[in-house]
Order: sequence, then structure tokens, then C-alpha cells
Amino acid sequence: MTPAIKIEQLHKHFGDLHALKGIDLTIEQGEFFALLGPNGAGKSTLINLLAGLLRPTQGKLAVMGFDVNRQYQQARHALGVVPQELVFDPFFNVREMLRFQAGYFGRGRENDAWIDEVIECLGLTDKAHTNMRRLSGGMKRRALIAQALAHKPPVLVLDEPTAGVDVELRQLLWEFIKRLNREGHTIILTTHYLEEAETLCSRIAMMKQGEIVALDSTQNLLNRLPEKKLRLKLGAATLPASLKPLLLSQGRGGIQESGEYTLALAEVTQIEFILAELRNAQIKVEDIQLIEADLEDVFVDLIGHA
Amino acid sequence: MSFNFRRFQLNSLRAPWTLFKKELLRFWRVSFQTVAAPVMTALLYLLIFSHVLEAHVQVYPGVGYTAFLIPGLMMMSLLQNAFANSSSSLIQSKVMGNIVFLLLTPLSYLELFLAFLAASIIRGLVVGLSIYLVAMLFIDLPITHPWLILAFAVLGSGLLGAFGVIAGIWAEKFDQMAAFQNFIIMPLTFLSGVFYSIHSLPPFWQQVSHLNPFFYMIDGFRYGFFGKGDIAPEISLSVVAISFFTISWLTLSLLKSGYKLRG
Repeated sequence: MTPAIKIEQLHKHFGDLHALKGIDLTIEQGEFFALLGPNGAGKSTLINLLAGLLRPTQGKLAVMGFDVNRQYQQARHALGVVPQELVFDPFFNVREMLRFQAGYFGRGRENDAWIDEVIECLGLTDKAHTNMRRLSGGMKRRALIAQALAHKPPVLVLDEPTAGVDVELRQLLWEFIKRLNREGHTIILTTHYLEEAETLCSRIAMMKQGEIVALDSTQNLLNRLPEKKLRLKLGAATLPASLKPLLLSQGRGGIQESGEYTLALAEVTQIEFILAELRNAQIKVEDIQLIEADLEDVFVDLIGHA
Repeated sequence: MSFNFRRFQLNSLRAPWTLFKKELLRFWRVSFQTVAAPVMTALLYLLIFSHVLEAHVQVYPGVGYTAFLIPGLMMMSLLQNAFANSSSSLIQSKVMGNIVFLLLTPLSYLELFLAFLAASIIRGLVVGLSIYLVAMLFIDLPITHPWLILAFAVLGSGLLGAFGVIAGIWAEKFDQMAAFQNFIIMPLTFLSGVFYSIHSLPPFWQQVSHLNPFFYMIDGFRYGFFGKGDIAPEISLSVVAISFFTISWLTLSLLKSGYKLRG
């Protein structure tokens, strides 16, 4: 099957800045894929290149088998992009904007049923005839997603779709996006909310300084850090010296101001040793919690050390 | 998920047609500003200049100054509004950021150009025609060569519409666009013979006027009404047509290169 996205040896320079350094990436059809990385890692540059908003210095990009530059019309038909910024046309209402957007892709009145469905699923029914200018930030975000979907593209790219969005809307968006994914749409997501990527995405690429430093299934990435963590609340007492080698680094929240200590466990059996040491030091444990490594740990580990 | 691109190719004309419709609706939604205001301004010019000069100036034999002025004002407003349509749409979209919705579409550079151009021509013609209709309430204006009037109106508004696309691509803020309008478009229109015949100018300034393409648009357009002009209409039409195709070619080249639109 043709991959949804295929990127080969992609380089992008902005003057002296080498923003993307030879990216190779294949995303299969139907995947829910996350692109993670700190600010300036090159995620948005990569998305803008896919969307044809930027031109590559070197390398190839294809959407559903269509070269983004040579077969740009086919590639753009296959792609919907939700931009990061809340941009809108102040002259029109939501339904008009969606009809125009679909029209740019050659779709007419026969597409109205799909537009109605998108409007309803994104909770925009009451606002369909409201001018874009008058929508709240959350509603504008929904309208942006609707605009990207107006021509029913098989591949949908969401660039930070839940930035500044309340919990209720976030849930609604994800339910809808998950439904699209179940129906066969390929979803590519960039987000700063790592728990979203962990919950939703089957595969993740982590970027740093224009390079992909990790590309694997979410589970394999989580397995990279087999360690578990033990969080102890000791009140006013300090951690015995014998346990200090187990403390997580400060960057990963080793010691909290609230008197909480987080220790890294190579094996669960170490818990007995830790509790024995605390008993010997006559320290009363106020609270204790065993924590699995999450994507944030993997992210910090990879981005901090790669 | 199945994806059939060929199905959409059949509707390819719908894409530029949609952009054209959107651009029309954009100016029509604010028609007080885009149509009524320029008509009002032209009428004020007409009232003031005709009141002051009607009794003192006769540019062509048998043509009063007020009648002489009307085609000039029509063409001036038509050109300025054709320019404003494409340039303001692009600069607003760039500043607001919503130009991204256009750049993400499969519209080709030629389709983009034609849609912006057609909408500019329509706005120019609507403003020009409105001024004509209102002016008809005060004075009876002859129409000697209607096809010539139409040709100059369409080519002139097309030329300025294309120029507006260039300005909209180049400018990054409203200030730069205002400079374009106030330091290029405005002087060229005011110094093109809207209010006078270039034969009333000293020989040096007559020569300078011949370098101004706006002069040919106004003189040729006026010829269509009175059958009289400062130069032969064939020359004016040739200059305007060559200018239109040159500016259109330049605009298409900029759009194709992605200059200031695609990095």
C-alpha cells in the first residue's frame, strides 16, 4: 500500500540555519502518528514543507504517493492541515468559509452533507452562521479543524491543535479525530501535551535540532525506560544518604519543594531495601507511590541526551 | 482509505470560480466602503471642479468641462478600486495569516491570478458604472465608441488589478501598501490628464505625460465618449494592452516563483 507520507533525505536551510538535517520518515495509511520535540526542533518546518508552504532545499516529500512539489495539486488534495495559529477570514461566517474551502478543492453543493457532519461533530452547529470574528478562541480552533477537513482529505495534519484549549473541547476534539482515524484517515499530530500523544498515537517520532532522534511505536519507546519510579513523601525529614544515589536528576523532578523525593528503580525488589533504610533512619513515610515511566520520561531522556 | 484524485480534476474550474466568488463577496459585504465611498468622492470632485472651471475651460470644441471631467473621474476611480481590490485582499490575508488557507489548496498560480484579476475588474467596472449612472442625473454624456470604452475599462482595471496583486505580494504591512498607493498610484492617476488635457501643459510636461501609462488609459477611455482625444486611440489601446500583458506576465512570474508567499 502507498504510504500516506514518505519523506526522503529532506534538508531545509533558512540562510545559515540548517533547520532540517536529512529527515527520512514513512507514515503508513491509517496511522495515528505523533511528531514531538521542543520548540525549534523543526516540527512546524516539516509540516510546512509537507503542505507546500515551504520549499525544500534538498530531498523528496510525497503525500499518498504524490510528490509535494511536482504533483502539488494531487498532494494537496490528499492533505488537510490545521495550522497552529488561530487564523481566520473576518469577512465570512463558519459555513461560508467551509464551503469556500471545499470549493477551492473542486467540491460543490454535493459536499454540503459532509460539511454539515463536520460542523455537528465539532459542536459548531449553533455557530454555523456566526462571523468568524465573533467566535471565541475555542470555537475558532474548532472552525480551523473543520476547515482542514472541508475537502475530506485522507491525511490530516494537526499542528498543536489543543494549545490553549479547555479540557471539555480537548475531549470532544479527540473523540472526533479518533473516529476519523477509525474510518481510515491518517492522523499526524504535533503536541506539547505528551500524555495526549501517549494515549492516542501508535507511533511517535521525536525531533531535536532538525533531526529525528527517535522513531518507534509508542510502546517500544516506553519500554526504552524499563525503570519504575518510587515517589516518597517524607514530611520534614531528609532522604538518608544511602538512598541518594537512587534519586532522579533534578531535571526529572528528583526533589520537590513539597518534601517529595522520586527514586529510580532498576527493579521493583529495591522497594524493600528503600523501606528498610527509611526504617533504620527512623523516618516516617507520609505517602508512597509507584510510578511507571511515561512518555515525558522518554522525551526528557532522549531530548536531554541525544 | 481510497483516494481518487481524477474525480476532482473534473471540477477543476470550480476552484478558481470559488476564489472569484469569494473575492466578489468580500468587497460586496463592505460596499459602502468599496463602492459608495469612491462614487461619493468622484461626485465631490465633479461638483467642485465643474463649479469652478465650467465657465472658464473648454478642452475640446463643443465639450463642456463637466462632461470632459466625468470619463476621467470614472477611469480614475475604476483604476484605483481595481488596484485596491486585489492588493487589500492579499495584504489583509497576509497580515491576518489566513492566506495559508489559499496556499494549502491545489489552485495553480494561473488560477489564483485569474480569480484575483477578474474580481478586480468587476469591482472597477461596478465603481465606474456607478459614477456614470449618478453623473447622468446631472449631465447628458455622449457615447461615441462603446466598445472602446469597454476595452479601456477592462484592460485598465485588469492592469491595476494585476499591479495590486504585485503590491499585495510585496507588501508585508499596511504601511507599505499605503506607500504604494500614495506614492505610485495616486500621483500617476492625478498626473494623467483626469482634470486637464495634456495639450494645456508646457512641452516638457507633455513629454513626461507620455511616459505615464495612466495617461493612455484615461485619454483612450475619454475618446470612447467624445470621439476626441489627445492622441490616437489605437496608440493608447496598444500601450494599455502591452502594459497589461507585461504586468500580468510579471505577476504570474512572481506567483509561480512563490516570492514572499512560499519560503
